[in-house]
Amino acid sequence: MLYSPQPMHIPDGFLSLPVALALWVVSIGLIGIAIRRLEHTLSEREIPLMGILAAAIFAGQMLNFSVTGGTSGHLLGAALATILLGPYPAMLVMTAVVSVQALLFQDGGLVVMGANLFNMAIVGVWVAYAVFSLIRRLTGETRAGLLAGGFAAAWSSIFVAALACALELALSGTSPANLAVPAMGGIHALIGIGEGLITVGALAFIYAARRDLLTPAGRSQAVNRPVWLGGGLIALVLVVFSPLASSHPDGLEWVAEQLQFIETARPPAFEIIPDYLVPGISNEALATILAGVIGLVVVSLAAMSAGLARRRTRPQG
Amino acid sequence: MDESFPPLTVGGRGLYGLDGRVKVPLTLGLILTAALLPNRPGGAYLLLISALWAAALVSGVPLTRLIRRGWLAGPFGLAALPLLFTTPGTPLLTLPVGEGLTLTAAGLMRFTAVLLKAWISLQAAALLTLTTSIPAILLALRALKVPRLLLMVIALMSRYLFVFGETARQLLQAREARSSQPDPHRRTGGSLGWRARVTGGMAGSLLIRSFERAERVYAAMLARGYDGEVRALPQPDLSPDAYRILGGGAFFFLLVIAFGWLTTGGGR
Amino acid sequence: MNPFLEVENLTYTYPDGRPALRGIGLKILPGERVALVGPNGAGKSTLLLALAGILRAEGRILVDGTLLTPASLPRLRARIGLVFQLPDDQLFSPTVYEDVAFAPLYQDLPPGEVHARVEEALAGVGMQAFAGRMPHHLSMGEKKRVAIATVLAMRPAMLLLDEPSAGLDPRGRRELISLLNGLPQTLLIATHDLDLAGRLCPRMVILDGGQIVADGESRALLADADLLAAHGLV
Repeated sequence: MLYSPQPMHIPDGFLSLPVALALWVVSIGLIGIAIRRLEHTLSEREIPLMGILAAAIFAGQMLNFSVTGGTSGHLLGAALATILLGPYPAMLVMTAVVSVQALLFQDGGLVVMGANLFNMAIVGVWVAYAVFSLIRRLTGETRAGLLAGGFAAAWSSIFVAALACALELALSGTSPANLAVPAMGGIHALIGIGEGLITVGALAFIYAARRDLLTPAGRSQAVNRPVWLGGGLIALVLVVFSPLASSHPDGLEWVAEQLQFIETARPPAFEIIPDYLVPGISNEALATILAGVIGLVVVSLAAMSAGLARRRTRPQG
Repeated sequence: MDESFPPLTVGGRGLYGLDGRVKVPLTLGLILTAALLPNRPGGAYLLLISALWAAALVSGVPLTRLIRRGWLAGPFGLAALPLLFTTPGTPLLTLPVGEGLTLTAAGLMRFTAVLLKAWISLQAAALLTLTTSIPAILLALRALKVPRLLLMVIALMSRYLFVFGETARQLLQAREARSSQPDPHRRTGGSLGWRARVTGGMAGSLLIRSFERAERVYAAMLARGYDGEVRALPQPDLSPDAYRILGGGAFFFLLVIAFGWLTTGGGR
Repeated sequence: MNPFLEVENLTYTYPDGRPALRGIGLKILPGERVALVGPNGAGKSTLLLALAGILRAEGRILVDGTLLTPASLPRLRARIGLVFQLPDDQLFSPTVYEDVAFAPLYQDLPPGEVHARVEEALAGVGMQAFAGRMPHHLSMGEKKRVAIATVLAMRPAMLLLDEPSAGLDPRGRRELISLLNGLPQTLLIATHDLDLAGRLCPRMVILDGGQIVADGESRALLADADLLAAHGLV
């Protein structure tokens, strides 16, 4: 299966632990709310639909088209899932997509998965929902409104999710906000166009072939106004905050310092133990060499035992 | 890709024979350990990668395969590149860019540490996938108390992933076959808008197929008594050996973290 | 002998207004094997879905003397097992074992009994060795066998099969025929495969345009070239 990793999925190692864990807590909380809500409102036929649509969206991410000089447009699918199913089921669909990508394809890390879920299954979905609802409210149930709303929802879901990603990198101290925000924002403003075009193409196709899927009576899940506004608010905060953060990196640095105080507070705890209390590893270079030797011995032993095992099984098989 | 997912084997060498409910927490533990190491490369990183490679070798997983997957995060390394210049420390050299970018020793350390963490974590995740079947991973998620509704969505998704993956491949092949320029560099002819519309149409057709298949799967579930409630078989208990391995792993990770912080004097 | 399945004046119209079934009447005795043949779009699959209680059609369906209603459906469901045309639709679980266990699980059986049912059903189709496999890794013939096992796990008295031989190679088809031949259940097999119909089913029902146009001995109907040609079967 052709599968290429996407620039939106943060790998392990790129976020600081406090940022990664905080976003796990936020994501578990919000996805938990969505699940509890769905358990009451979901019709029984929507459960298989969510799982199978998640598989189709995952497969849809393999489809790409060349834009220019080696770059290609492809799909994330948060906006499409939101438009087809509504925001709560879309959150679950995207949660499944992000989890499977991380667990089975190493696309996106595991300890930082909370952040990736936050960017794609929460921010991506709710921004798409807010933008799509707003445009549909202005244009009514027309085809042009559907396509315009689809494009705007897809583009903004990508763009705002990228801003969230940039801020997470900045908060982690991995890249400064004044670099990460314009870089991630800039790249994804372009990637978002690809997302938007594919989304429009998909919606136009579905509109022509199965219009009933776009206006199902069964899934008009009443989303109350505060929740609806919540999505818009996420977008607004991220859009306003990101440039602010990038033009005043000191401001963000301050937040980062506040968040990282746990980490900065750690070294003194260890300084209580003087180095010489650990015999043999008082010298850093020596300790590294020691670790290297231990590692080499362990790996060699493993290789030898693997070789022996192979020799032992060969005569039988 | 198929070959990456072995069928559910009962028993097997090394990690292959280990319960998914042991392997998933151990993998998470290893990645968490990497995240907890000080931001400068040192012996602790060597210990962690040796343990990972030893586990792979004992299970008969070729290291080259792991290492190749480890580079998947390469492009993301760009995001960490500024660390080279923004970390305060002893200047190593100054690049004549703009007002001059100063590469610091501490910056180089931090940058290497981030890449190492990503590299080790990716290999750990890859080793899990290579030695664990999808059903075993799903069972592990259940043991980790993932909500049943979400679990059922993930289970259905992983079941139909390959079915739709195959469909997507066929759609792409059909597009190649129809495209006016069978040139590998410009894969499809026509204007950008046209290419996007064709691709979008393929995505749309995949989604319609998913709705149709969902209807049929729903009917198949109904025919076997499905009532909207999510039920699952009870899981067998973990063996005492499994608990011992989990405990041993946790102890080893703590040891590596302690080693990391003790030998780098705090790492800052 | 009382019929196991009795259908009276069954009528169904698609949501878009096209008629699918028009006044179907049918009696099937316990242990009988009936082939349901007809051109594409004749309403074969729709009839099977209605008999399994998945589509709500007008008219009366009696299973073993009990009228099929929404209230009696949960009780009757396990009596009639429907095997779908595409095994990929029927096998939706991560492993073969979990798929076969699905129906017993929803019958609220205790875990020990669920396990016993799975073993029994897999043994019935000769697929015990495949319990831990993922459906994705099976061949078409193996998938079809497992699909039958998922239904056998309910211990049904009657099986409805939709195009069981579609997509099988000659050997897979031969194995399927011998498997079906060994089943004790009452069978209603919708199929285009007249050879399979003739080998397995002494009785044949021809459906065309949502109506039963012939119902009789397979050998006699298969010999009637004009009848078969008139309904697009040859």
